[in-house]
Amino acid sequence: MATRYFNDLHNWLINEEFSSTRQARFHKAYVLWLNLLANPLAFAGFLVVLALVLVAAFAPLLANHDPIAQDLTMALRPPSATNWFGTDEFGRDVYSRLVHGARTTLYISILVTIIVAPIGFVIGATAGYLGGWIDVVLMRITDIFLSFPSLVLALAFSAALGPGIENAVIAIALTVWPPIARLARAETLTFRAADFVVAAELQGAGMGRILLHHIVPLCAPSIIIRLTLNMSSVILTAAGLGFLGLGAQPPMPEWGAMAASGRQYLLDAWWLTTVPGIAILVVSLAFNLLGDGLRDIMDPRNA
Amino acid sequence: MMISVKNLAVSFGSGHSAKQVVKDVSFDVAPGETFGLVGESGCGKSTVLGALAGRIKAWGGSIALDGEAIAAKRTKSQLAKQQMVFQDPFGSLHPRHTIGRTLLEPLEIHGIDRRRERVEQALRDVGLPASFYHRFPHQLSGGQRQRVAIARALILKPRVLLLDEPTSALDVSIQAEILNLLKDLREREKLTYILVSHDMAVIAHLCNRVAVMQGGMFVEIASRDALLSGNVEHSYTHTLLDGSRGYHKKRVDPVV
Amino acid sequence: MPDQSQPILSVKNMSVQFPTLSGVVTAVKNVSFTVGREKVGIIGESGSGKSTTGRAIMRLQPATAKVVADEMRFEDVNLVRASEADMRAIRGRRISMILQDPKYSLNPVMTVGEQIAETVILHERVGRREARERTLAMLERVNIRDPERVFNLYPHEVSGGMGQRIMISMMLISSPSLIIADEPTSALDVTVRQQVLSILDDLITERSIGLIFISHDLNLVKSFCDRVIIMYAGRIVEELEAAKLEEATHPYTRGLLQALPSLDHPRDRLEILRRDPSWAEA
Repeated sequence: MATRYFNDLHNWLINEEFSSTRQARFHKAYVLWLNLLANPLAFAGFLVVLALVLVAAFAPLLANHDPIAQDLTMALRPPSATNWFGTDEFGRDVYSRLVHGARTTLYISILVTIIVAPIGFVIGATAGYLGGWIDVVLMRITDIFLSFPSLVLALAFSAALGPGIENAVIAIALTVWPPIARLARAETLTFRAADFVVAAELQGAGMGRILLHHIVPLCAPSIIIRLTLNMSSVILTAAGLGFLGLGAQPPMPEWGAMAASGRQYLLDAWWLTTVPGIAILVVSLAFNLLGDGLRDIMDPRNA
Repeated sequence: MMISVKNLAVSFGSGHSAKQVVKDVSFDVAPGETFGLVGESGCGKSTVLGALAGRIKAWGGSIALDGEAIAAKRTKSQLAKQQMVFQDPFGSLHPRHTIGRTLLEPLEIHGIDRRRERVEQALRDVGLPASFYHRFPHQLSGGQRQRVAIARALILKPRVLLLDEPTSALDVSIQAEILNLLKDLREREKLTYILVSHDMAVIAHLCNRVAVMQGGMFVEIASRDALLSGNVEHSYTHTLLDGSRGYHKKRVDPVV
Repeated sequence: MPDQSQPILSVKNMSVQFPTLSGVVTAVKNVSFTVGREKVGIIGESGSGKSTTGRAIMRLQPATAKVVADEMRFEDVNLVRASEADMRAIRGRRISMILQDPKYSLNPVMTVGEQIAETVILHERVGRREARERTLAMLERVNIRDPERVFNLYPHEVSGGMGQRIMISMMLISSPSLIIADEPTSALDVTVRQQVLSILDDLITERSIGLIFISHDLNLVKSFCDRVIIMYAGRIVEELEAAKLEEATHPYTRGLLQALPSLDHPRDRLEILRRDPSWAEA
């Protein structure tokens, strides 16, 4: 019974005779999904990212201890039945801190993405569309930002703005937008001369309409892919900032800060650095694999 | 006169590398007439059309549309009077917009009412079923896409249609359908056409008069009768007419 | 005079199938024909399977395609049974293919001369100097007046017509017996087309090469080729002498002829081709 329902649903979704725009959109999403399933590495990446989101969402339920409650009598305990990943130097449960740290990681990643995508796109697309001296000015500004190594730049901004998670987000965002702007400009230049854009211009469409309705849907795949691939470096930069004491401040759990403070106990209490380190590694790798897979699926050859 | 062009000149590039693609072109098109531009690649015919359409903004000379002088920047009503159909059916529709969305856009831009109704009427006018409203371009064949392109061009009720090789990329049988459709629409809506093509047979089929272009200039403006009877003046026109009939077994001089 | 007694290529009941998301698509269905020392045109619209047929002869299909035939014989080679190594020895040397746009079929980072010379070196294992001599001779043969200069040009520096002539020299330099030309002049202007085809015509006649000329242009095929094969929906619907094309009997061919606007027979409305599903059966 259930299999027949799924079969019918599958057929409805795969059918190309659309009776409504909504069906057309579902079809597209479903085909994307099927392609994702066909790529095992990308699907693995997707599952890990999904796990990250779920862990972050249900952190209070999944954590079995209070992540910031200190108990100095329980300091530096190895992994056991009560503390699955052991405790840190203040007696806080590492597992619970890890789980709540997922929230921080996700918070930073999402905020950076939300800030960077529109800003990068607007700057790049405007430069590409208008050309001339506007293009030159905007691209030279982009080049200035690009010329610094991202961690160094993020450090500089973070130090200037002061510690704190929001400031870390701004600092990271300021280093992530230039490649997106570059990408948006390249895509805009490609599509600028396309017949369908010219047709819209000849019908009176202004720059805003063309950028928003025509260019964005075409740029979106590459920008999404780029952002996903960048995600791992965002996480690593955030971890690096946390490591150096900028970014998330104690007692907020953040994977980089956890790894940093665990350094001094590395030989005795290896779990303090290793566990958050592995988490950073796994999530970064997952985003990378997902981004690669998305690139295969969403490539222009499917456009 | 519906269209009046005097001393049109277009050059690309600047300084030493400036290339004069259109040198000095003048012609008039009466309302309801179909005027052709024929020539080989690089002769400037598409550039003339581009300048007329407003796609190319840096031109010299003067253009008048329905009695009104046209400047480099056009008003919305000027744009609406004259619409273009492009050569490549695969490139002229936005790949991520449904057909309905593509047809609604000009109506939205010009603030016209009863949009859904007009879109459905436009689809009917070009012989497409109303269900295509929700389809994407990649689901349509080349001929169907070209019909959508024509519907889009007509939805603003223009007086002039600029056709840039509208059937070059289509199969023979589909080309016939589109040519018939263009003829029907011309009769019904009393349209003026300017048709660019490299295919003499298509030109002779649709046009009343045709300008033969070479190196950015008109070598001749011939009437349809002259083309059909072969009574053309310039030798280049003869060459083009001959070429459209296929291959001739004869000796050719060495060329570099 | 075309020599019909020795077919260079003989194809019997060839079919080509591709797997797709929605099932298996049969692009070519039970196609049979022969090619002797003559020019055979294959006419069809998009989707007729004409290009697929051409490529299947050279085994240039993607690995997922399935090509079956009762017989596919090229001179003394059984193409159905030939190994990939055998095919590599045949492609470019005994069977050559000329494609539509030299922009896409010439390597953009090698000079034109190097590419042609490479063909000779690869197939005939001659030294570079001899390859260069043969290349220059071939460039002259295709009416290029300054072969030394053209030898050193890059593909983007040559015009469309010259690019096609370069393609022709590259494809003919190793003396193939069969050439498959897939829309070789569709991207060219009318006057250039005449020149290129004239050169091709001379070379083919001179060397007794068989030619398969795939095109959608009826007038061109009618005037250039000796015989014409018309394909529709993967099948051959008619086969006749090029000169007698106007007397074709199959309704699809007649439909195509009537749908063409013509300078010599102007009509007010063009006859729309009514597709009969029975043509796809047969």
